Amino acid sequence: MAHLASEFAGIKSPNPFWLASAPPTDKEYNVRRAYEAGWGGVVWKTLGSEGPPVVNVNGPRYGAIWGGDRRLLGLNNIELITDRPLRQNLREIKSVKRDYPDRALVVSLMVPCEEEAWKAILPVVEETGADGVELNFGCPHGMAERGMGSAVGQVPEYVEMVTRWCKASTRMPVIVKLTPNITSILGPATAALKGGADAVSLINTINSITAVDLDAMAPEPTIDGKGTHGGYCGPAVKPIALNMVAEIARNPETAKLPISGIGGVTTWRDAAEFLALGAGNVQVCTAAMTYGFRVVEEMKSGLSQWMGEKGYASVDQVVGRAVPNVTDWQYLNLNYVTKARIDQDACIKCGRCYAACEDTSHQAIAMSGDRTFTVKDEDCVACNLCVNVCPVENCITMVEMPKGQTDPRTGQVVGGYVNWTTHPNNPGATCAAE
Amino acid sequence: MSNTHRTPGVVPGRLAAGAYAENFSDKVPPLDPHEAAVAADRCYFCYDAPCTRACPTAIDIPMFIRQIAAGRPEAAARTIFDRNILGGMCARVCPTEQLCEAVCVREAAEGQPVEIGRLQRFATDALMAGGSHPYARAASTGRRVAVVGAGPAGLACAHRLATRGHDVVLFDAREKPGGLNEYGIAAYKAADGFARREVEWLIGIGGITIENGRALGRDLTLDALRADYDAVFLGIGLAGVNALRAEGEDKGHVRDAVDFIAELRQSTDLSKLPVGRDVVVIGGGMTAVDAAVQSKLLGAENVTIVYRRDRAQMSASEAERNQAAAKGVRIITGAAPVRIIGNGAVREVEFAYTRDEGGSLAMTAETFHLRADQLFKAIGQTLDGAPEGLALSGRKIAVTGPGRTSLAGVWAGGDCAAGGDDLTVTAVAEGRDAAEDIHASLIG
Repeated sequence: MAHLASEFAGIKSPNPFWLASAPPTDKEYNVRRAYEAGWGGVVWKTLGSEGPPVVNVNGPRYGAIWGGDRRLLGLNNIELITDRPLRQNLREIKSVKRDYPDRALVVSLMVPCEEEAWKAILPVVEETGADGVELNFGCPHGMAERGMGSAVGQVPEYVEMVTRWCKASTRMPVIVKLTPNITSILGPATAALKGGADAVSLINTINSITAVDLDAMAPEPTIDGKGTHGGYCGPAVKPIALNMVAEIARNPETAKLPISGIGGVTTWRDAAEFLALGAGNVQVCTAAMTYGFRVVEEMKSGLSQWMGEKGYASVDQVVGRAVPNVTDWQYLNLNYVTKARIDQDACIKCGRCYAACEDTSHQAIAMSGDRTFTVKDEDCVACNLCVNVCPVENCITMVEMPKGQTDPRTGQVVGGYVNWTTHPNNPGATCAAE
Repeated sequence: MSNTHRTPGVVPGRLAAGAYAENFSDKVPPLDPHEAAVAADRCYFCYDAPCTRACPTAIDIPMFIRQIAAGRPEAAARTIFDRNILGGMCARVCPTEQLCEAVCVREAAEGQPVEIGRLQRFATDALMAGGSHPYARAASTGRRVAVVGAGPAGLACAHRLATRGHDVVLFDAREKPGGLNEYGIAAYKAADGFARREVEWLIGIGGITIENGRALGRDLTLDALRADYDAVFLGIGLAGVNALRAEGEDKGHVRDAVDFIAELRQSTDLSKLPVGRDVVVIGGGMTAVDAAVQSKLLGAENVTIVYRRDRAQMSASEAERNQAAAKGVRIITGAAPVRIIGNGAVREVEFAYTRDEGGSLAMTAETFHLRADQLFKAIGQTLDGAPEGLALSGRKIAVTGPGRTSLAGVWAGGDCAAGGDDLTVTAVAEGRDAAEDIHASLIG
């Protein structure tokens, strides 16, 4: 079994699985249970300034979408930051950290966008013995309207400014949590870097309405006949998060900035993908909220076993492995030709590949009278849709056509690497001959 | 009553009072909404789906399951009823394991098909629970059609004709409509009076007048019907039963299984229905299984089905046979009755093992005896009382295309007509298709 010990932004934890700042990390009771279940770290649910705490709604706080068998795919949340007194949270943080010194404990913070507010809270957090702070610049609902959360995260200048204030006021590592509710993640990420952030974490939740109650004609979750947008998370957001993590990791300016990957991590494989795209560790919330804290056991054993199989001795060796292979579309090899192949032994003859290809793609699958489905290479553009709709994993695969063969669809011989930048159809092409 | 399993002779009340309701409740309980959602979720919405192709009525199965999954069971029921107005009964009695579910791609994928039959029941029950009839009649055509036989074929034909605007008189020889649905199938397959409720719901379309107690050949003649109506559909089933042709067939408590099942179905108090301690059923079809299993459920101690050919040739499906075995029915194959022994009533039956001699069956010299105080004959039904002048094919009414007989203006379908399996669902398809052909001939 490979070694899972992790060091992220100078913070050590026995494994790279942290619980994200969210409802599961709001109280000592939950956090102790999390540590007992084996989580490597916890980001304590966001604290606000001293004084009367925020209030939460007393109706439903979550909305959801489901896949087959009512598997929860996406969760949306309108809960705000902690609604418990600051002093109580600090007391509990100190108590937990004392009892679990080997686990990471990072405290999420969100106070008004004023230097005094940040200067006031950082020392009291530091006094708890916490390992670091995470600046919540992502919360998309409720707090944003008060000039906090994503209202800060969406303005790179604010991100940089607040980060700098914090770095100047604490010796703790400062992690800046980024909102995905922006056009390019590079703006706020670069700003965090400039402000001196030790790391960024992303993604925070995505603005969303999960469903509409068609009787009440109101968004869900519905509070006395009204609803509001909430923060979307869970497996459904993973692709968005992976892309944003990769964008930061492959951008030369931000490439060295440690990233804590967040967004739909449900199994070890999700975590490995975040790591491969440049995340130094991962934070998890929805999977724990769906299945309970024990899910971390599978994540740890799965990641460790996979790393062992692949010969990775430590998490560090996985981090960023796939980043060099993330590129822009224009550099993709246009001479890479594949064709779909259907494994007739594995095929259960449902015909979904045929319906998808015939109705919505390139009419490249033939169906015989006895329901044998075969690919017509002369029509197959290798779009992969058949693979994606097939219910049987690995029944349909994309097989590369060797160089020198003629693609029956185009009549062209498969050659070496060429991309769009030199393609004759590209009006902006650089000289192909060079 | 103090009778038990072991009381000798043919007696009622072998079970405790509460056991009857339990034994004769739904064989396959209905799905609750959660179960239906889980079951529906397994459907892959296949292209040109094999299940639909395997359905004699060609119900668009992936579509109705998708409608269930999307939370609209009533819309799902419409999809079903569009093709099969007796979709409720078919959901209960179809040998789905031989039809739609046999070819389900999930059967290929994991040996566990989508539960199509139970989902169909979920949908049809949901719509029928609403009480109203989902179809409206077309404007009256002024045409009148006589449908003889209110079984599945006749009901399907009458309903389709009524929707097309024709007026239908539905004649049936028995006291109640429904045919085999009402009289022929095992009680636990259509519990809670479903056959009767289904007919009442079906005629909610309007335009159908049912005349019970009117038998062709006894109270009606085909000639008169042809003269009085614009068209005639015959769905008269198979009213005759084959004889055993074994010595002693006339002894007491030797009975046609179909009569026993009909009596059981019409019984209002099953504790009063007598059944033997040692019951022997001769035959290999659904009727044999239904008679045997219900004998067991009435409290018979030993029930044995004896079939003359081998197991694979039994027309009862594997699921039916397994159901019988699970209820404790013993199945002996490759043996035929030689002699029924008893003084007045049957006491035992002598069987000889059979041997297949190039397709024809021969008795061997090896015999055995089975104790029997009740013997049911379930060796097949035959066409009985077919009107003169109709060409036959084999022992059934010859038909071409959608049920056209050799007589102009006369159609036939269901078990009485040649071709197709003797299944409820096949009868429905034939009745429906004949109705469309009648409609075309009347309007065209």
